Amino acid sequence: MYFVVAGGGEVGFHLAKALLEAGHEVMVIESDRRRAQFIEDQLGSVVLHAPADEGRYQLEAGCQRADAVIAVTGEDPANLIICQLAKWKCNVPRVIARVNDPKNEIVFKTLGIDETISSTRVLMSVIEQELPSSGGFLPLMPLTGSHLELIEAEIAPGAPSAGKTVHALSLPRGSAIGGVVRKGSVVHADDDTRLEVGDRVIVLAPTKDESDVRKALFG
Amino acid sequence: MKVIVVGCGRVGATLIELLVKGDHDVTVIDLDRGALTKLSQPFKGTTIQGNGTDLDVLRQAGIDKADAFLALTQGDNRNLMAAQVAKQIFGVKMVIAKVNDPIRANTYRRHGIGTFSRTSILAVLLEAMLMGDPEVGKLLLERAKSLESSLAEAI
Repeated sequence: MYFVVAGGGEVGFHLAKALLEAGHEVMVIESDRRRAQFIEDQLGSVVLHAPADEGRYQLEAGCQRADAVIAVTGEDPANLIICQLAKWKCNVPRVIARVNDPKNEIVFKTLGIDETISSTRVLMSVIEQELPSSGGFLPLMPLTGSHLELIEAEIAPGAPSAGKTVHALSLPRGSAIGGVVRKGSVVHADDDTRLEVGDRVIVLAPTKDESDVRKALFG
Repeated sequence: MKVIVVGCGRVGATLIELLVKGDHDVTVIDLDRGALTKLSQPFKGTTIQGNGTDLDVLRQAGIDKADAFLALTQGDNRNLMAAQVAKQIFGVKMVIAKVNDPIRANTYRRHGIGTFSRTSILAVLLEAMLMGDPEVGKLLLERAKSLESSLAEAI
């Protein structure tokens, strides 16, 4: 397969190296001349020294025949724009963006970038698996064609929502609890349902109210 | 009108002064506290030191009540991201991003984000001035000159 890697920092360089070793065709776009030279010295002629956020260089890198464009610069705005341009101008079937600030995951999804990788999130999920029942708040996915998203929240011991009814939660307007997973089974949630420690609550809420949902559940 | 401006550089600060004079409710966001000191004191609007693409910072700026949103930082990508967040997540009606690269300005305009590129505006204006074309930019130049003289007098 053909992959274009936008950004030749540590992540981009090692990603390109791994893809090459796996037998794929790769082009790295790197705007810093010295860094581009370094990658060329290490990996051969697989580097375009140019800014990846300009459409013409994406064309020059052959994005129109790429199976995927992966934007891994250290700047979230650049990764967003690189992926959008690749989709719109080069019709790339698959774009993947690195997200440095985990809050931007939901932003990228809302703006049409379906696949994001957040190193913070990856590390957090590893840590959360190590520490069960630590409680957690995880925006799962945006709902296409709306300004809504799906959130999963686990009620930790001591959370202000533990023991409260759904009615008493003061969730933001326009949001609803879709269901509660309790000891592995689904519990239908209505206004009188009382939340318990360990419940995993599935919430549908406007994307912009994510922090209010968090507040309602965790204080 | 409630206006949020991200980026208090030369363009941002000059525009903000005009808006404040016009009695608009202006909130300015800039990463750099120093940039905010460009504004004449006492400043009648609100200033926030923070990242203009950050949802929490934008909420703090009252974006859900904003009538207009302008992204005027030095970074094209930052401006385009902030403008898309304002329009698509918070539903702000009028959204404008400063984009120096004319190609990117054109691409995003076609995707519904208001953009302007000083590169193409200046190039067209300069060509018209060189060719003595009276149609293009006469009014714009007059307004800009009168703004500049009022700015100079104020110092």
